[in-house]
Amino acid sequence: MYETNYHRASSVADAAATFAKGAESKFLAGGQTLLPVMKQRLAAPSDVIDLSKVQEMIGIEVSGDTVTIKAATPHYDVAQSDAVKKAIPALAKLASEIGDPAVRYRGTIGGSLANNDPAADYPAAVLALGAVVKTNKRSIAAEDFFKGLFSTALEDGEIITAVSFPVPAKAGYAKFPNPASRFALTGVFVAKTKSGDVRVAATGASQSGVMRVAPIEQALKANWAASALDSVTIPASGLLADIHGSADYRANLVKVMGQRAVTAAG
Amino acid sequence: MSTVKLTVNGRAVSVDVEDRTLLVHLLRENLNLTGTHVGCDTSQCGACVVHVDGRAVKSCTMLAGQAAGSNVTTIEGLAKGDELHPMQAAFRDNHGLQCGYCTPGMIMSAVDIVHRHSGKLDEETVRHELEGNICRCTGYHNIVKAVLDAAGRMKVAQAAE
Repeated sequence: MYETNYHRASSVADAAATFAKGAESKFLAGGQTLLPVMKQRLAAPSDVIDLSKVQEMIGIEVSGDTVTIKAATPHYDVAQSDAVKKAIPALAKLASEIGDPAVRYRGTIGGSLANNDPAADYPAAVLALGAVVKTNKRSIAAEDFFKGLFSTALEDGEIITAVSFPVPAKAGYAKFPNPASRFALTGVFVAKTKSGDVRVAATGASQSGVMRVAPIEQALKANWAASALDSVTIPASGLLADIHGSADYRANLVKVMGQRAVTAAG
Repeated sequence: MSTVKLTVNGRAVSVDVEDRTLLVHLLRENLNLTGTHVGCDTSQCGACVVHVDGRAVKSCTMLAGQAAGSNVTTIEGLAKGDELHPMQAAFRDNHGLQCGYCTPGMIMSAVDIVHRHSGKLDEETVRHELEGNICRCTGYHNIVKAVLDAAGRMKVAQAAE
């Protein structure tokens, strides 16, 4: 790792002010991605600003039809939260399957979204549930937040402070994990909103990161059942192909994980 | 350079380190606590697992500065004098190690697993929860046996307290 200056932020405002002072600052949340990248010398921030102890960024609130997870809340706390399990069980399950137990103690929802790894789990939930990403400057709709591989609508120095999820009528998540990294080789999140709309998002599949899956949405709108996807074909164009699986393989995984997610949602 | 103050195995320490120092290096190189190992250095293998404020984390994927003010327990902090921690004793009795390289991380993760499941553990859960710790010798079989054995011993020890 190259030399860097470590700062522990005491508040969101303090983090933003410290960020602005550095020549090439980066925010550090759980560090489960940024630190490995820095160790490989693929990132060399002059300053890292640690958000993980900012109290106003930690916690889970459920009010009415909204679950709000503050950005520095670790995956473990989301997975264990009785309030999340009750309101959106699929979200708690998704959090419980990220990485391994040690990673889940440190990794955070804000860090996952800001990094926008094309195989990360949380982006699928955010997009499928139509969540709102709240920052220290504004609120960003899920549709407008993800901008392709490792790219988001966040501006330089903008901090995700919380994510608000509308509670759906039904939701399910199923992923086929890479057995070594536990990242999603493909993961599919299906949601039926309280107004009856169906939204489906897949992670790990597309060359441009998390995506909505229109053929599955249409089939599930007509009939919310795993069998409704039997005749659906997912086009392989634009899907990822690597040593773990071809684009055709991933196209099939999108369908199969979609079916499993519907079954899980009930 | 920064001065990092933290508590390690019950002892308050103050260490001057470069800001880029990882917690595992502070433990091994500044405090000579070499029981915590660096295996893969890519947060996959779990040889570096220690407890930070009661949670089992990978100390190769945390800056020393992030642990400032925290309570850290390493493998050296588990035994009470000459008396092994029940998890350590169970690993010995069940032949839960061969080369021993992964063992400190296995034991620190395993103690955390038992705490989290408050004694209600079965083989499947142990195997699943150990997914962040890699052993290249044992095939995990005796490790899983040791964790289940220790879960029983820790319950008994807790009841006796």
